[in-house]
Amino acid sequence: MSKTALIALIFVYLGILFLIALFAEKNKGSKLVSHPIVYALSLAVYCSAWTYYGSVGMAAKSGVEFLTIYLGPIIAAPLWIVLLKKIIQLSKVYNISSIADFISLRYGNSRSLGALVTLVCAASIIPYISLQLKAISETFEIVSTSTLGIEGSSVMTDSTFYIALILAIFASFFGTLALDASKNRTGVMFSVAFESVLKLTFFLIVGVYVTYYVFDGTTDIYQKASLGLDLNQLSTINGLSGGINWYFSIVLSFLAIFLLPRQFQTSVVEFTNRKQLKTSIWLFPFYLFLFNVFVIFIAWGGLLILGEQANADYFTLLIPLHFGDHWLAILVFLGGLSAVISMVVVSTVALSTMLSNNLIIPYRFIKNLTRSKSFKNEKTIKNIRRLCVFSSIILAYLLYALFDPKVSLFSIGLISFLIIVQLAPSFFIGMFWNRGSALGSKVGIILGLILIIFTYLLPFITEYVTGYHQFVDEGFLGIESLKPYSLFGIDLLNPVNHALYWSLLVNTGAYLILSVIKKGNYRERNYGEMFVNSEKVVELKENAYVWKGEAYVKDIQNILLRFLGQAKADKALRVFRKRYAVNLEEKLADARFINFSERLLTGAVGSASAKILISNVAKEKPVSLVEVLKILEENKETISVNKSLDEQSQKLIKLTSELKSANEELRIQDQLKDDFLDTVAHELKTPITSIKASSEVLSDGQDMPEELQHKFLNNIIQDTERLTILINDILDLEKMASGRDELNLQLQSLNGCIDDAINGISSIAERKKIEVGFHSSSSIIIEFDYSKMLQVFTNLLSNSLKFVPEDNGKIEMLLEANSEEVIFKLKDNGKGIPEEDLHLIFKKFYQSKNQNFKKLQGSGFGLAISKQIVEMHGGVIYANPNIETGAELIVNLPKCIQ
Amino acid sequence: MYTMKKILLVDDEPNIIMALEYSLRKNNYDIYIARDGEEAIDLAEKLEPDLVVLDIMMPKVDGYEVLEFLKSHDTLKDTTQTIIISAKHKQSDVQKGLNLGAKEYIKKPFSMKKILSTVNELLTPKN
Repeated sequence: MSKTALIALIFVYLGILFLIALFAEKNKGSKLVSHPIVYALSLAVYCSAWTYYGSVGMAAKSGVEFLTIYLGPIIAAPLWIVLLKKIIQLSKVYNISSIADFISLRYGNSRSLGALVTLVCAASIIPYISLQLKAISETFEIVSTSTLGIEGSSVMTDSTFYIALILAIFASFFGTLALDASKNRTGVMFSVAFESVLKLTFFLIVGVYVTYYVFDGTTDIYQKASLGLDLNQLSTINGLSGGINWYFSIVLSFLAIFLLPRQFQTSVVEFTNRKQLKTSIWLFPFYLFLFNVFVIFIAWGGLLILGEQANADYFTLLIPLHFGDHWLAILVFLGGLSAVISMVVVSTVALSTMLSNNLIIPYRFIKNLTRSKSFKNEKTIKNIRRLCVFSSIILAYLLYALFDPKVSLFSIGLISFLIIVQLAPSFFIGMFWNRGSALGSKVGIILGLILIIFTYLLPFITEYVTGYHQFVDEGFLGIESLKPYSLFGIDLLNPVNHALYWSLLVNTGAYLILSVIKKGNYRERNYGEMFVNSEKVVELKENAYVWKGEAYVKDIQNILLRFLGQAKADKALRVFRKRYAVNLEEKLADARFINFSERLLTGAVGSASAKILISNVAKEKPVSLVEVLKILEENKETISVNKSLDEQSQKLIKLTSELKSANEELRIQDQLKDDFLDTVAHELKTPITSIKASSEVLSDGQDMPEELQHKFLNNIIQDTERLTILINDILDLEKMASGRDELNLQLQSLNGCIDDAINGISSIAERKKIEVGFHSSSSIIIEFDYSKMLQVFTNLLSNSLKFVPEDNGKIEMLLEANSEEVIFKLKDNGKGIPEEDLHLIFKKFYQSKNQNFKKLQGSGFGLAISKQIVEMHGGVIYANPNIETGAELIVNLPKCIQ
Repeated sequence: MYTMKKILLVDDEPNIIMALEYSLRKNNYDIYIARDGEEAIDLAEKLEPDLVVLDIMMPKVDGYEVLEFLKSHDTLKDTTQTIIISAKHKQSDVQKGLNLGAKEYIKKPFSMKKILSTVNELLTPKN
């Protein structure tokens, strides 16, 4: 078939794939599309061109050893199911979209660890894609030119580049259909499943062809092979060292089935329901078994027919071509293409998700994304991911261009596995040991990588690329124990397993030691606890939070809006509110809501970026491990019921005690009011009695002497005045006490006010021959209410006038000020205030029993009112207790009134 | 020989005293004045008045104390009757005053007519 025809065929095939994907997207609910078998088949993306072509090549060279790559998953199927269940649970709870997210979240949502894992995945995936490109390019050549591929000759032409380009463009649009990386890509997965069926079918066809058509069955091949080939080497395990190598190879593939990003994507991220697991547990091993059934026979057949010089990798093409069955070769080619495409699409999608979520967005784009609108964000993120897919494939092409064509597919594949396996300690141990720390992880991975480089990559490069053999033969710097293929003398293992052994040993050792020496921070510990106790976490959902924070609902809503779009954000809020019956008015977000939102965002931008976004608007408060354990101990139902009951009873208790004290307060106030009213009534009745009595006497007294009449009339007038003053004072006091009164503050001289007060009582003072003196060092100017303070000073003076003896009574006033306040003192030589009354004098109605008789010019309210006025100015008024004779009253006023 | 009945007025409010004094003197009673409870007890002992017109709320010694004094005094308890004039209106106050031996309880503000008629009644000998 000509090159152009083949390219056209490729395009047609890609078109078909696209249509299939679209069909699946449109019919998401249909039985076919949602059948668990689709999931199980998509797991077969494990079998790439490496399986399709490389296993035959491996079988031809080293016999049944190729089986180790498939025994791992088969043997491990039961264990795999258990572990996978746990991984899936955690991933769904936390909206995890990649293995980088998984690992970074486990270790406290560590951004740097996420980035490191991403780089490891990239280092693993890109060479693997190169491998696929190599396979495509070589098979393309073989089919289009019918050249008998002789080992070592591969014609590198422009067509490889174009294939790579086509693949890159196809993958970048095909794979990034939806933004939410944790939502399943039904269309893509369906087409992957389709391709799995296709590649298996075609491989089986060629297997059947070789075994039953070219030869006469398996026994026939076996007999012929045992005659013509050195079978011993090809069908047995070579002693102890062989056994150990087998063991390690199986371990390698077992770990890979979890850690390969494309496996994580198909088995975890795309998982939707339990039936899928049930189906996979038998279907996947069965698929692998089927795939490998004919491999050895094809290998033997190829060796017999084409000899050892032929490129065993491509026996599946070469044999049909040898017999002129081009149609079969084309089918096989398509099968291989399917294997390549599904592997490339799934891997690049997984890689692009990781690159965007764990590397690009958190380290560069976070700021831009928070500013722009949601649809723009969606576009930007999609484009970032597309660019990643595209560049990965192009990069893989460039790497491919550097390869020595002699290097077999199988060895490249193994490098990829070796690299990805460095994630194993952090991944597996982290799920069962909550002590594992981010630091241990990072150092372990880095050391593991260094060891891989030293024991595998460097010697590989030096031998095959530069041809420098001394490194391998004599060791690093000539030290024998540092020979890369046999460190410290261990030479039982083949290079791959040797590298595996040392890298995992050092990796795990560093991880364990560092995790024990240095505890992780609270986030690491809490997430660790959550991961280890995953079943409880799944039950508790939002109640199992790792950190608390204070944030406004508004702020979080905005972020959700920007990254999920209006519809999804609204829906999310509705769901949350319904689940927890949250008050719509509440402005502060509770811990559950914050965690809920963080998880939503993780689906869109990955855990590291989600954490950054949320922490921008939430003030974080650490949650202790004790709290976490407590949370996990309680059942979800009990928690929420307990909580609400608890809250209610708390509220009840609080309410009851509030009611009690309010009641008490009311009682006291009631009592006080009664007392007050009693006293007021009493005080009012006295002058009224007098007025009434005097009036009656006057009206009856026709023969009363005029002088007496005047007296009585005066009494009436006096009492009326008393009554008026009393009533006014009561009203004033009430007004001030209830806060309705306002001070008319003006900046003026206090001295002037005092002078005026003195003037007011001067006539009385003169009449009684009482000396009144006032001393002040300076003119004190402050803000005060003039008329009210006049009232105060007048009241104080009047009181003193009542108590000082006539003729030699002395009243001395002093006014001074310091930096903060003004001090006024009034001292008299009167009767003084009994000690027990020092505070009582300021009470309403207080009238001293010791007054000079000439009853009561005051109302009994004077000092009470004065106190109220002074306190309204922010000052204090009190009687000096340390006075021997007479009385001293002190008023302090602040210079600045608040 | 007809002697004028002696009335002791006890109140700390001078204007009320003045009106009472005038009115009662006009009605031919011998009037004596005390300004507070202490004075009242003094004068009561000395004078042995026929009637005491007694306010309750007074400084130093109040009306209740005076009543108690009068009640427990050997002679005065028989010779001296008491009228209480007070602004305290509660039933408990009235009861207290009457229990302490007062004959009448007149509430302030009172009508002079009432005072006169009560005084006349109490001091008119009944046969």
